[in-house]
Amino acid sequence: MMVFDSAAAIARAVKSRTRTARAEVVDCLARIAALNPTLNAFTAVTEERALRRADALDAAMAAGRDPGPLAGVPFGVKNLFDIEGLPTLAGSKINRDLPPAHADATLIARLEEAGAILVGALNMGEYAYDFTGENAHEGPSRNPHAPDHMSGGSSGGSGTALAAGMVPLALGSDTNGSIRVPSSFCGLFGLKPTYGRLSRANSFPFVSSLDHLGPFARNVEDLALSYDAMQGPDAADPACTPDGIEPVGWLLGRGVDGLRIARAGGYFARGADPAAFAAVDVVAGALGADRSVDVPLAAEARGAAYLITMAEGASLHLDRLKTRHGDFDPDVRDRLLAGAMIPGAWVAKAQKIRRLFRARMLALFQEVDILLAPATPCRAPRIGQKTMLLDGREMAVRPNLGVFTQPISFIGLPVVSVPIWTKGEALPIGVQVIAPPWREDLALRVAGELERRGVVMAPVARPQ
Amino acid sequence: MSDFDAEAMIDAMAPFLGLTVEDDYRAGIVQHLNAAWIIAQTVLALELKDDAEPAPVYRP
Repeated sequence: MMVFDSAAAIARAVKSRTRTARAEVVDCLARIAALNPTLNAFTAVTEERALRRADALDAAMAAGRDPGPLAGVPFGVKNLFDIEGLPTLAGSKINRDLPPAHADATLIARLEEAGAILVGALNMGEYAYDFTGENAHEGPSRNPHAPDHMSGGSSGGSGTALAAGMVPLALGSDTNGSIRVPSSFCGLFGLKPTYGRLSRANSFPFVSSLDHLGPFARNVEDLALSYDAMQGPDAADPACTPDGIEPVGWLLGRGVDGLRIARAGGYFARGADPAAFAAVDVVAGALGADRSVDVPLAAEARGAAYLITMAEGASLHLDRLKTRHGDFDPDVRDRLLAGAMIPGAWVAKAQKIRRLFRARMLALFQEVDILLAPATPCRAPRIGQKTMLLDGREMAVRPNLGVFTQPISFIGLPVVSVPIWTKGEALPIGVQVIAPPWREDLALRVAGELERRGVVMAPVARPQ
Repeated sequence: MSDFDAEAMIDAMAPFLGLTVEDDYRAGIVQHLNAAWIIAQTVLALELKDDAEPAPVYRP
């Protein structure tokens, strides 16, 4: 595997018998072994399993069987996905005591049915309550473009592994921004699909009414390839749509003609570093999107998502907070303990605001097809940084990195985060391309057009 | 800020919930309760009709 190879290129090489799946996996494992000690992306490498699977795939092809659209593509998953035979850590020390998972998460099984090969589990913020990529038990996953800086969380290891070229594909979860924040900080393409689109079965939850799973990649084709392979109903996840698969790969070349694209104004146009707005300017300019629309109730939506997250997260962990409080990451523990004290009346109101905000946004999507907004309020802060200066105000880093992602996932809208690089800056920053519910195709078409025009890109980091 | 007292809330709520709050947890909990209180004001200020419904079975 060349480190710059895309998933699509690897699959083409394996399917054409130019390379074996085993050779791809061996190269991938060597790259992980070389880089992981400094960057800390992987918490477990499933070497034996990966080599066994690669050999089985090569044998199947020798016997004339179709290996699938992701033939021989190595991938990693955030360590809240169940991997058969391993305890599902979800970034915690406490879960090390769990019995090994009896089966793989649905999305792992679907990628492997399509020919991809799991190579390991990725570092993450404890119990996904994190935007930094830091972890008190495993150490931080580092940003390959500037290793003293955050990878972003909570899918931090997913961002690190992709940006370092350890794998061409990774999975993460996004409750309030945990795919889009690392995509922004590490300069990657990340897809947070519509709530209910991809099965969450056999993954460790955080806030079930807001949890999503999705892919990271270094190009839009790979994002679409993996997304298409993972779609489909799953009775094991009650939120997963029973509707049929809607493949998007064949739509990527359609461009953006006819799409009504606008910048999100108001809430999304204040309270951030100028770099965040400059990135939106670049994307809007390239797409000829000169219109700005106010997003009604965005601040209320963000507040409601914040409170629901505190309360539901605390509810999930209440027994562990009673019996294992000394074993939590202190930053997460204190936030969960505070969450246990949030009044029920606040949370019930927050759930009503969710429905109201959904109605307002569906009305807005009668006027526009795509909204553009910053993904993060700044580039990646330094690891360990506790506060940041935004718009002249000193703010806590940990809860505020998701200020622009949180209202969008609150109502489950599909988003592709696209990476913008500015000359002279070592670190990238992301822009959210936001579509109406169930229209991942539109967000991916826009991302694809931006990539074709050279406006957005996800290069592998140069060795530091 | 109001006269909301996060320390007093912790003292009252922790035994009510059966939670242990060690001394070195308090500063963090206070910080997060204050942050939640500030954010909640935006949520609580929004007027909803009495027939406003939540989304218990959520479909985007």
